[in-house]
Amino acid sequence: MSTLTTDPTTTLRAPRRTGALTQAALLTGRQARQGMRVPVFMVMNLLQPMIWLLLFGQLFRSVIEIPGFAGGAEVSYLEYLTPGVVMMTAMGGAAWAGTTFVQDMDRGVMDRFLASPTSRGALLSASMAWYALLACAQALVVVGVAWLDGARFPGGVPGVLVMLVAVALLSCLFAALSGAVALLTRQQEALIGVSQLLTIPLMFLSSAVMDPALAPGWIATAARFNPFDWAVVVARDALQGFADPGAVWLHLGLLAAAVAVMGGLASLAFRAYRRAI
Amino acid sequence: MSAHPTTSDVAIDVAGLTKTYGSGRGPGRAARSVRALDGLDLAAAQGSVLGLLGPNGAGKSTTVKILATLSAPDGGTARVAGHDVVREPAAVRRAIGYVAQRPVTDPMGTGRENLVLAGRLQGLRAGEARGRADELLERFGVAHAADRLVKTWSGGMARKLDVAVGLVHRPQVLFLDEPTTGLDPEARAAVWAEIERMAAGDGMTILLTTHYLEEADRLADQVAIVDAGRVVTAGTPDALKDELRGDGVTVDLDDGATAAAAVPVAGRVPGVVDVAADGSVLRARADAGATALPALLAALDAAGIGVRAAGLSRPTLDDVYLRHTGRSLEAAHRAAGTSAGTAGTEATEVAA
Repeated sequence: MSTLTTDPTTTLRAPRRTGALTQAALLTGRQARQGMRVPVFMVMNLLQPMIWLLLFGQLFRSVIEIPGFAGGAEVSYLEYLTPGVVMMTAMGGAAWAGTTFVQDMDRGVMDRFLASPTSRGALLSASMAWYALLACAQALVVVGVAWLDGARFPGGVPGVLVMLVAVALLSCLFAALSGAVALLTRQQEALIGVSQLLTIPLMFLSSAVMDPALAPGWIATAARFNPFDWAVVVARDALQGFADPGAVWLHLGLLAAAVAVMGGLASLAFRAYRRAI
Repeated sequence: MSAHPTTSDVAIDVAGLTKTYGSGRGPGRAARSVRALDGLDLAAAQGSVLGLLGPNGAGKSTTVKILATLSAPDGGTARVAGHDVVREPAAVRRAIGYVAQRPVTDPMGTGRENLVLAGRLQGLRAGEARGRADELLERFGVAHAADRLVKTWSGGMARKLDVAVGLVHRPQVLFLDEPTTGLDPEARAAVWAEIERMAAGDGMTILLTTHYLEEADRLADQVAIVDAGRVVTAGTPDALKDELRGDGVTVDLDDGATAAAAVPVAGRVPGVVDVAADGSVLRARADAGATALPALLAALDAAGIGVRAAGLSRPTLDDVYLRHTGRSLEAAHRAAGTSAGTAGTEATEVAA
């Protein structure tokens, strides 16, 4: 029974190693607490997609009647727009993910993490995970509001679930990009660049608000290489009932590959930060 | 320079450390490159407090960042708790606590959350981390604010929390980079008291950087004076002052008229030099003031010169700094372009 007795003088065991997954979960919890403590942030995050959805939905409702508009005969413009707004919200939110890194670098928090056994992967995945969770919650609200406004989605629950996978992947992609930019530049201003100069063109070089088939050819070509459009394509096809499952899987695969590449680049950015300090 | 302690007791062992910022990447940058460390040597025995004293830009923070595995040296070797900082960074990270010059706590978390998260990331179980957080909050006298967001805490309380966060996993070696810069005197005294308690406790080695002479003098067992990326002298604060070979001797005479007669009398006392009269006050320097003063008083008494008061003043670390660098610490601060105790020291450390 000697193995069961503990030395009463030992109040604390020698520190074990916390696994990277546990660390990621702990750090995601920290992000969530921070986020929840700024209610304005949460309200703005929900308000913005509503504005997109209701404003664009009204303003452009008749574009669906243009001959040749994809699915124009079966879907309303609101139904066409909803997956686009879901993804705009996800990308727009995750573009700011690097803010936490910038704040942590401004203080000594990042240096403390890096001088501890905390894994860089955990720091990065916590940021990705929190923005993915936030975007999934927002996506459900957007779809719900669209439904209340009369939109119907034949894809049902499986359609919504597949949409959420795409939302999570797109959020992770942009959270990793934003984190990398934060680590490389250490400036909040640089994140404004990501958010304004990158995400807005990506939104319009896609099928989010308009069928690219009706736009100049170069836009349709650009959309094919646009990860944001991959996510929109997945969500739209899933919500409308999986007319083209091949395209859904292909684009999910492309998104996952992009997340892997961007995550790898972002972890390399930690080395650049280390060289700079 | 002091002799290195034997290998088994050495918690920090640094030899010939060099580091240049802004080198080798692109044409414009070479011209702006700054040699932050220029062959720095350092040793600290296990359980001791080592103070790195120097002005902003001397290389103190750079040294600490390299020892904490945050920054890579260009040359030289550094071992912390027996592990090489370049080859075994993971082992070093498990052995150390690091409190940066800037606050290391999350302002949007409570004090308790900061401590528990730090403990969990360091490998404590959930229950252990909570217990340790309670213990530290109590010990640092901030338990009343434990569940308030750190952004609402005063500077002194927040700095104590920084130190507590560095201690949460009971590190073997704790790095404190300017722990009291920017604090008011009362908060500084409170942080000093905590550091003294920690140092007296569980055999932890502490390396602290400071540009406050009193801080190094009061807290450090060993002081290394750093200037332009090198250690110019090191030793116990007392040994460093003794090296100056000269305590100040002051004798207040009963009658100013006897001063002229007192000067040659004092000058004949062995070990007393530089005698001068200043009104009714006799000033001199002595190699070892504690033995010279009684001899001086006896000589004056024998000569019939009455004495009202006498005193010795020990050289300060500022005298030591002046002797080794040719300028006072205050002048060095001015040259570095910042006054002691302001923010922005980080930028100066790198850019100056």
